[in-house]
Amino acid sequence: MTMGILEMFNHANVERNATVLLVLGFIAVAIGGIIEIVPLFYLQNTIEKVEGMRPYTPLELAGRNIYIREGCYTCHSQMIRPFRDETERYGHYSLAAESMFDHPFQWGSKRTGPDLARVGNRYSDDWHREHLVDPRSVVPESVMPGYPFLMQTEVSAKYIADHLRSNQMVGVPYTDEMVEKAQADMAAQASAMGEGAEELTARYPKVQVRDFDGQPGRLTEMDALVAYLQMLGTLVDFSTFKAETESR
Amino acid sequence: MNGYGVAAKLAALGGIALLAVVLAAKGHDAGYVFHAYLIAATAIAFAVYYARDFSFALVTSRPTTEDRYLDGVVKAGMIATVFWGVAGFLVGVVIAAQLAWPALNLDLPWTTFGRLRPLHTSAVVFAFGGNALIATSLYVVQRTCRARLAFGNLAWFVFWGYQIFIVFAATGYLFGITESREYAEPEWYVDIWLTLVWVAYFLVFFGTLLKRKEPHIYVANWFYLAFIVTIAMLHIINNLAVPVSIFGSKSYSLFSGVQDALIQWWYGHNAVGFFLTAGFLGMMYYFVPKRANRPVYSYRLSIVHFWSIIFLYIWAGPHHLHYTALPDWAQTLGMVFSVMLWMPSWGGMINGLMTLSGAWDKLRTDPVLRMMVMSVAFYGMATFEGPMMSIKSVNSLSHYTDWTIGHVHSSALGWVGLISMAAVYDLVPKLWSKSGLYSDRLVSWHFWLATLGIVLYASSMWVSGIMQGLMWREYDDQGFLVYSFADSVAAMHPYYVIRMLGGLLFLTGALVMVYNLVRTVRGGERTQALPGAPAWAS
Amino acid sequence: MSTYEILRHFADSWGLLGLTLIFVFVVAFVFRPGSRARYGKAAQIPLNDESEA
Repeated sequence: MTMGILEMFNHANVERNATVLLVLGFIAVAIGGIIEIVPLFYLQNTIEKVEGMRPYTPLELAGRNIYIREGCYTCHSQMIRPFRDETERYGHYSLAAESMFDHPFQWGSKRTGPDLARVGNRYSDDWHREHLVDPRSVVPESVMPGYPFLMQTEVSAKYIADHLRSNQMVGVPYTDEMVEKAQADMAAQASAMGEGAEELTARYPKVQVRDFDGQPGRLTEMDALVAYLQMLGTLVDFSTFKAETESR
Repeated sequence: MNGYGVAAKLAALGGIALLAVVLAAKGHDAGYVFHAYLIAATAIAFAVYYARDFSFALVTSRPTTEDRYLDGVVKAGMIATVFWGVAGFLVGVVIAAQLAWPALNLDLPWTTFGRLRPLHTSAVVFAFGGNALIATSLYVVQRTCRARLAFGNLAWFVFWGYQIFIVFAATGYLFGITESREYAEPEWYVDIWLTLVWVAYFLVFFGTLLKRKEPHIYVANWFYLAFIVTIAMLHIINNLAVPVSIFGSKSYSLFSGVQDALIQWWYGHNAVGFFLTAGFLGMMYYFVPKRANRPVYSYRLSIVHFWSIIFLYIWAGPHHLHYTALPDWAQTLGMVFSVMLWMPSWGGMINGLMTLSGAWDKLRTDPVLRMMVMSVAFYGMATFEGPMMSIKSVNSLSHYTDWTIGHVHSSALGWVGLISMAAVYDLVPKLWSKSGLYSDRLVSWHFWLATLGIVLYASSMWVSGIMQGLMWREYDDQGFLVYSFADSVAAMHPYYVIRMLGGLLFLTGALVMVYNLVRTVRGGERTQALPGAPAWAS
Repeated sequence: MSTYEILRHFADSWGLLGLTLIFVFVVAFVFRPGSRARYGKAAQIPLNDESEA
């Protein structure tokens, strides 16, 4: 046995035995990933508990999927770093807990456009709508594409409950009731009259209920995307928030 | 092949086509339905191809070619490399132009930057780079093992399977099918298909190593092997997800937030480390010595290079997440290992360059070798710049800016692009049994167009990136931010134009290559100036 | 002590030492004088591969 191990580590053997090369090579590439990634799932201080976080409403989730579909993450980050200029420009630095329900995360890697982690409630729905349809009508310097088709396309609500259930499976705390009522909740959030708003607010605190796309009676992709943008960064109340540790 | 074999294949393909039509009928979204029909069309196309061979004779003998190298698949790989390369560069120029003149987005769903950007990155990294890696690895492993590829025609499955993966990924992006994981955007069913193809690729490569006649496994194969195995590991773990339905394209990542971010960038940085570095180092360790006709400068250094680079690279991912909500200790590890990577990277660069020591005159006469040397030089430059950018204080300025884009392109165009195209120039005459390329002078033209293009690209992105970073953090005397974000966007315009011109030059160079290669394959070597002699002397 | 600190101390001490020793061992082994001829031969592999399999 000892001989076998010595034999294996004889480099001449490594260079001549493809299987030994394969095994040692795999060990070499596995170590770094294991040491960096595995502790993130176990160490207590990875995600600090924060009050106010809740799963996305069905409409926000649909909006988020449009955000992903259109590749918004290729130009916009959702991760404010703890620097003076960033916190003055965008707001409080981002907390780990704020993306704990994000499957997948949308931190981004490039700011061709500004950070959007706290864009919620900064602009009016009208502004967002005009900006998404024709960005240069409100920001002349912008190089963003226009998305006029969002105004015309009905948001697909048929399978929204399945989407919530998949999120439930990967660990987002949607209750069975939320899944069941998903389709109704989706319509309720964008209703101009506020039908079903009370029930929705009970399930999703701080939810914003109104007609987002300026087309009452229609539930378009613009409703969903604006609803998503308007909630970004609004869940945690930073006037009362105190960081538990200074370890980040 | 006998009648039974063909009949079985036709039945299987017919079954796949039928199943695909059923999936199309039940599909939840337009992209999924399109993909289901695309599967059916692909299966039918292959069925028609196989049907040509059908014979009622139950046993037909086929001349055995087992004692020869399997080079057909390498030839196909050369064509695919060049084709996808040009396609990927073209999309790159288009999206560069969109950033300079946003009206070019046309505001249609499938033509906006957000959907075309993954099309560009996947086309150049996986379609162009991937085909170059697969083709050269299958060539190199046969030559250095003196053995035919293992498992018969499985290599052909790898080739076609990989092209199918590319087409599904690319068309999916246009439909907005994406997981939004950078460089791993394809959705769950395309990921599963790629896993199958990749396992087949591993079997072919590793099987050939096992049946080799050469006692020693040449170091180029170590790098190719590390690339294949590590990419398999990264691909599978990073793409773990729960599909919403088997009749829809959408899935939700198994991980969320911080963990998801680290796993994605562990993948993302090692797609760079193992796809775009280790694999292409394998290419360097074969083609540079071969072209210079000298053994590698130090074989021992290449072994140290190998072990240190594969061990260190995997740790570097967190440097993409500096100052984010990722815990500090992980950021620090990422930074330290990234800085350490500088050493083995430069060891490898020196090893590649010094292979020419005593034969530097060949640079004057062989433009292909010159392209290889320039590529290794860009590798050295990028592997200095990378560790520097991973230092947290530098990263605080460079992150989120165009500097990163410039860095990626000086290595992707300079290192990966040039070494791949040099390998193609080396292989095409050999594979098509020609005495040489149609024109060496056109290779020179390509070399200079590409180099100039890269210089324009990288320098414009340095300036714009650093300018962006500085504008975002500029304060006036009263302590107010000086620039709005929109000001910084407006300031980028001239650099975006220069960047697009750089890309256009690089694309032009690639088109010159296409012409040269087509003429080479069609036959006939152009009468050209004696090597080293000025043009007027011919 | 938290899990984090235990891991941190291990990484700073024995972990670091172990990896350094492995590195020194690999370099020393690869560059030992006795291996010169074998590696010289291996380095020639790409140059004499024209013969058919």
